[in-house]
Amino acid sequence: MKVIVIKYNAGNIHSVVHALRRLGLEAQVTDNKETILAADKVIFPGVGEASSTMAYLKQHRLDELIVNLKQPVLGICIGLQLMCRHSEEGNVDCLGIFDTEVKRFTVQEPGYKIPQMGWNTIQHLQSPLFSPEMEKRYVYYVHSYYAECCAQTIATTEYMHPYSAALHRDNFYALQFHPEKSSELGEQILSNFLNIER
Amino acid sequence: MLAKRIIPCLDVKDGQTVKGVHFVDFRQAGDPIELGEAYSKQGADELVYLDITASLEGRKTFTELVRKVAARISIPFTVGGGIHELADIDRLLNAGADKVSINTAALLKPQLIDDIARNFGSQMCVVAIDAKWEEDGKWRCYINGGHKPVQRELLEWALEAQDRGAGEILFTSMSHDGVKTGYPNEALAMLADKLSIPVIASGGAGSMEHFRDAFVLGKADAALAASVFHFGEIKIPDLKAYLKKEGIIIREQ
Repeated sequence: MKVIVIKYNAGNIHSVVHALRRLGLEAQVTDNKETILAADKVIFPGVGEASSTMAYLKQHRLDELIVNLKQPVLGICIGLQLMCRHSEEGNVDCLGIFDTEVKRFTVQEPGYKIPQMGWNTIQHLQSPLFSPEMEKRYVYYVHSYYAECCAQTIATTEYMHPYSAALHRDNFYALQFHPEKSSELGEQILSNFLNIER
Repeated sequence: MLAKRIIPCLDVKDGQTVKGVHFVDFRQAGDPIELGEAYSKQGADELVYLDITASLEGRKTFTELVRKVAARISIPFTVGGGIHELADIDRLLNAGADKVSINTAALLKPQLIDDIARNFGSQMCVVAIDAKWEEDGKWRCYINGGHKPVQRELLEWALEAQDRGAGEILFTSMSHDGVKTGYPNEALAMLADKLSIPVIASGGAGSMEHFRDAFVLGKADAALAASVFHFGEIKIPDLKAYLKKEGIIIREQ
């Protein structure tokens, strides 16, 4: 199986490569269009700022490429946010794969910190990415912006209020948390993605 | 709900965990990767690796270690020690560290925090503060591993670090570190109330109750400890079971 990780101006894209290697899979990190189109699975990870990463995708025509992909695609963290309709971060129109808005957390009660940093639970799971025993288990998050819940939400997490922990439409999947940093559970979720049939 | 984090801290010298590590259960007690993996399996939520080597040669060894940790360990880890400039941070993040912790360098050159936040993002930047409760009733900051006092006060410096783009504050009380009488809960609570970024408690853990108090009284988001874990005095699964019983939200595997 050929798995590629999209190379762009976001940080920390190599940690997912390490996680895939722990699963026995050697992924290629590339921005080459032919290579991406020919892959069996495409991963769109990273941490970064929405408007500058979106500008980079447009400049390199990766935006059109991503929305037209037919193989299973997995967005992670900023990848998920860029796959939504619009982000408050830098007030930018994103790829519009998921019909939802990305907003900044605002502290409504004392004791909550921004970014949300650490382990939180996933619930209301419904997708081949998850198995029933993953309900209410912990995954690792680092983020200040979140995608609102919508019809394409396939998992939620609560931080002051519920938001989309994961989204799915057609061949597109996305996770707000970092499966590559979420211990065995995260590796299981990555492995479930790799097992999705085209 | 977001869980409180338990973070073992490993001191590394010339690529090996420093002496005093005394695990009965682990044969490779000196190997920082084996040890980190063992902690991860026991339920540690994050790891911190501190490079206490002074030499340039040792620094290269540490970068190589960071690379191996990134490949093997599937929970987040922070690295610190020997960081002077942006190039050091670039080297460690490129090697696969999730966050860097800066202490002396930040106090000597606060602009470094802005530079990290702008180049890599706030979430990568942990500002570690060593402070000591002085007779004048103030928490004075220290640099150079607690050897040299500076004219900065804990809260005032933590707020500046936050404004400059720090993603977390790791506060070590030099008055509590190593004496195992508990974390400085009053100072922690003061930081937690005034800061909008997470606070990691460090220094003073001697019992499981001390962790509970750091979370409940100190309102800390995470608690870091070294010797109680290294010497096997507190086992992470027992600690987590205890904290859960005390009503604290912790991650179960």
